[in-house]
Amino acid sequence: MFKELGALVKGLSVTFKSMFEPKVTFQYPEQKRPVKPRYRGRHVLRRYENGLERCIGCSLCAAACPADAIFVEAAENTDEERYSPGERYAAVYEINYLRCIFCGYCEDACPTQAIVLTDQYELSFTDRWDAIYTKERLLEPVPPGARPTPQKTEPGKFVNPIPEMPDFPEWKP
Amino acid sequence: MSQQVTLTIDGKQVTVPAGWTVVDAARVANVHIPVFCYHPKLEPVGMCRMCLVEVGLPERDRATGEIVRNEDGSPKIRFFPKLQTACTTYVQEGMVIRTTTEQVARARKDILEFLLTSHPLDCPICDKGGECPLQNLTMAYGPGTSRFPYEYKLHLEKRVPLGDLIILDRERCIICGRCVRFQAEIAEDPVLSLDGRGRATYIITTSDPPFDSYWSGNTTDICPVGALTTTDFRFDARPWEMHQAASLCNLCPVGCNIMFDIRREPELGGRFAVQRVMPRQNEYVNEIWICDKGRFAAYHFAQYGERLTQPLVRENGKLRPASWREALERVAQAFREAGSGLVTLASGRLSNEDLFNLARLTDHLGGRKVLDTFLAGGEWTDKVGLGRESDLAALGEGDAILVMASDLEEEAPIFWLRVKEAAQRGATLVVANPRPTKIERHAKHVLRYVYGEEGKVWEALLAGASEAAQALARAENLVIFYGQEGLDLATSDAVARAAARLLLTTGHAGKPNSGLVAVWPRNNDQGAWDMGFRPVADLADTLRQVKALYVVAADPAGDDPHLAAALEGADFLVVQDLFLTETAQRADVVLPAQAYIERGGTYTNALRRVQRFFPAVPPPEGPQPDFAIVAALARLLDLNLEGRSTAKGFEALAAQVPAYQGLTYKDLARVEEQFPLVSREVLDYTGTAYPNGQGLGVVLPNAVERGETVAPPEAPEFPVRAFQGLLAVPITRLYDRGTLVAWSDTLAPRLPEEAWVWVAPETARDLGLQDDATARLEIGDLAYTVRVRVNPAVPGGVVLVPRSVGVVLFTPVAVHLKAVVPAS
Ligand code: SF4
Ligand code: SF4
Ligand code: SF4
Ligand code: SF4
Ligand code: FES
Repeated sequence: MFKELGALVKGLSVTFKSMFEPKVTFQYPEQKRPVKPRYRGRHVLRRYENGLERCIGCSLCAAACPADAIFVEAAENTDEERYSPGERYAAVYEINYLRCIFCGYCEDACPTQAIVLTDQYELSFTDRWDAIYTKERLLEPVPPGARPTPQKTEPGKFVNPIPEMPDFPEWKP
Repeated sequence: MSQQVTLTIDGKQVTVPAGWTVVDAARVANVHIPVFCYHPKLEPVGMCRMCLVEVGLPERDRATGEIVRNEDGSPKIRFFPKLQTACTTYVQEGMVIRTTTEQVARARKDILEFLLTSHPLDCPICDKGGECPLQNLTMAYGPGTSRFPYEYKLHLEKRVPLGDLIILDRERCIICGRCVRFQAEIAEDPVLSLDGRGRATYIITTSDPPFDSYWSGNTTDICPVGALTTTDFRFDARPWEMHQAASLCNLCPVGCNIMFDIRREPELGGRFAVQRVMPRQNEYVNEIWICDKGRFAAYHFAQYGERLTQPLVRENGKLRPASWREALERVAQAFREAGSGLVTLASGRLSNEDLFNLARLTDHLGGRKVLDTFLAGGEWTDKVGLGRESDLAALGEGDAILVMASDLEEEAPIFWLRVKEAAQRGATLVVANPRPTKIERHAKHVLRYVYGEEGKVWEALLAGASEAAQALARAENLVIFYGQEGLDLATSDAVARAAARLLLTTGHAGKPNSGLVAVWPRNNDQGAWDMGFRPVADLADTLRQVKALYVVAADPAGDDPHLAAALEGADFLVVQDLFLTETAQRADVVLPAQAYIERGGTYTNALRRVQRFFPAVPPPEGPQPDFAIVAALARLLDLNLEGRSTAKGFEALAAQVPAYQGLTYKDLARVEEQFPLVSREVLDYTGTAYPNGQGLGVVLPNAVERGETVAPPEAPEFPVRAFQGLLAVPITRLYDRGTLVAWSDTLAPRLPEEAWVWVAPETARDLGLQDDATARLEIGDLAYTVRVRVNPAVPGGVVLVPRSVGVVLFTPVAVHLKAVVPAS
């Protein structure tokens, strides 16, 4: 009988000890847990400081996506109605979050660093269609002082679709 | 067999015909020599230097001319001190080519780096990205990094429309000249040229309207970079996102082999949709080319047209939606009552399987099978058509071709190309037409006659006295193309008979590479003839008397107001179509059919090659394939027809139609290695055309080959057609406003906007008309407002009226053309 009692005390001692250990659970959603710097959550489509979209509708993210979660349909920019630098922009850009596995390949593939994964992890849907994020939902807000897209732009100014890469070696003729 | 030459490329021995270039020989030996400017269908120019290789030849003793040998007895090879362009070097016996040496690798790298100094490398937004020779060759042979930042590159205009269909990106162009040479050598519309020199060399178009050619789309296939894009596909999808479906163009009797590239389309609610049309190699038919009509209009009608989605039945004078069961039962009831009073009016747009089922059903009820056309002679093309092993590419020196009453480039562009090429190879070309046409540039003899006097031409040809007649009679092989220009049904029948007589009496019938070809107005008119459909002399009269009329893929009411009136006479009218046509609006029952891109089947082209097309996109809900509708109807009428699979349908057809005896889909799927070797892996060599892995089709045996006795028909009596006054002649133009092309937004800017006519300057003067004047054209009881275009190539006393451009005219008639005095 003492043997059984001993087991009970032993068990309870574990319980008792753990009462003084630091807590690992959070009172979500009141309390939010900080994420790691390289956490991969829902995407945003970024803009330049002047408000133009970085995305040029090249579909490389869709090609890289192992889950076939991205759909891009491109269209042509004009200086009257410009969405992004260069000739091409994404008229339709969709990510299906029922498919996305948050691998980040799309971010790697993007030549303009337009699509990036953020630390946003609060994704819940009440409807399958809601899981498909459209371009409007993915685009980041227009920076302060900048104009929304489409913009009317100066002809011949935004011809290069791909921005200067900072790590490009300096070379002067 | 031409002389063969054996050479060694990278240690591989290869034997090819003399006269080939080293690039071609290497391609056959499966050694890749990269090219930009060279194309196997074009003359070599050696402009880009991408193909540099080491070339060696057996050394010969100067004194004796003997080949110098090494100690082991092998010939001593002396290499040229410098690299040679493989595309301008022709194979020689004993030649040795090295492509893997340090020197060659270095040269390729340098050439690529040099090209890239003035190339933007904007691959992510370039439509060619993913199927681009420059991209592929840079990855394979180019430098890994660029020493040339973007700002220091040449920056030029990115969007230069070359006409309504093609857009040029100056920056991406590498001045290979392929597009310029294609237009000059193959299309023979030299409307592009290189302007300027050095780094300031640009592609320009020299025609008005710009890039005025029916072949412009092909330049985008052979352009080795993304400099040329089509307005149809520009920025639509990336090449790797699409899947392919093999098909045929259904817009003319050539039956070009094409590939539909397919992807989901947001504009169409995310449905799978055709994004572009690409040529698919078939060296017996279209080689690796297609015309702009096929490229820019072959699928739009099915995808963007206002399609019927459910059966309609008439109730209280109005059409209302109904279930298939109700609609079919109504039709069956009416057909049962009509019995032999049934007339089935079908057009050559249907597949063989559809037409066969229709024919069986019509025969079952004792009805009549009518083909909607004005060109006769299908039984003669069956009897003495091109034989089984025929290949237009085999025609050359010693052979002859007669083209009569057809403006080939306008009616069947690829036939124009193939006939022209035969003439360039030395075949004697005889062209008989009342007015000059583009094919005439290559004619040895031109037989000019007056509309209505076709009989005289044939009298002379059959008498065999004239030089042209003798050239035809003497020829090793003789091919006769006839169209419908200036003919009516009876005259075209006479032309076909006369042509058959010529072929039979000169001993040409039954030979492969000899025979009769009708340039049909529709893609499968030949198939319709083979299935037993025949045109009638007076369609209006026939329609007026029917008990039940079954109109399938035809629109008599839309074609001609007289026929619309005649339809009132039909007791019961059933229309089976894609659209709610004029005829369908008058119908008692309308049955919605699937478009050819949504289902499979076979078409028989004018060369009598049976070819298969495959389902490309899922059908919309509602419409059914024509053969299945007919089979469902037949079941209600106690007839068992194949309604599930086209393969089974084709087998049933092959069991009954003599020319198709024993054929199966398996036979149609036969492929063979065709030169030039097309591959999606070696895009720099032939461009982005697709290889043919789905089947080249089969040429039907003609009656002579089937062992039937075919006696030469009597020299036919040509109907007397003495025209009084001004004669209006319908002519076929490639771009009209027909139902199928009118749905193409891409082609829209090239389609005629208003009704117009051509008249000769003297005729215009006599009528008091100026060029560009508005006039009133009176044809019988109908009158049209037309734009007059004065054209010195038109015979006097004639008004040429394009078909399907607002004026109802099918055969030549006397008309009045009067100036419209503008109300002042
Ligand atoms: S994170 Fe990965 S799975 Fe998600 S969209 Fe990007 S590539 Fe696709
Ligand atoms: S997000 Fe980046 S990779 Fe994706 S389409 Fe836009 S530019 Fe291309
Ligand atoms: S447009 Fe294309 S085909 Fe024409 S010259 Fe330039 S690169 Fe060559
Ligand atoms: S030649 Fe005829 S079949 Fe070929 S693409 Fe043109 S219209 Fe179509
Ligand atoms: S020089 Fe030979 S391919 Fe251009």
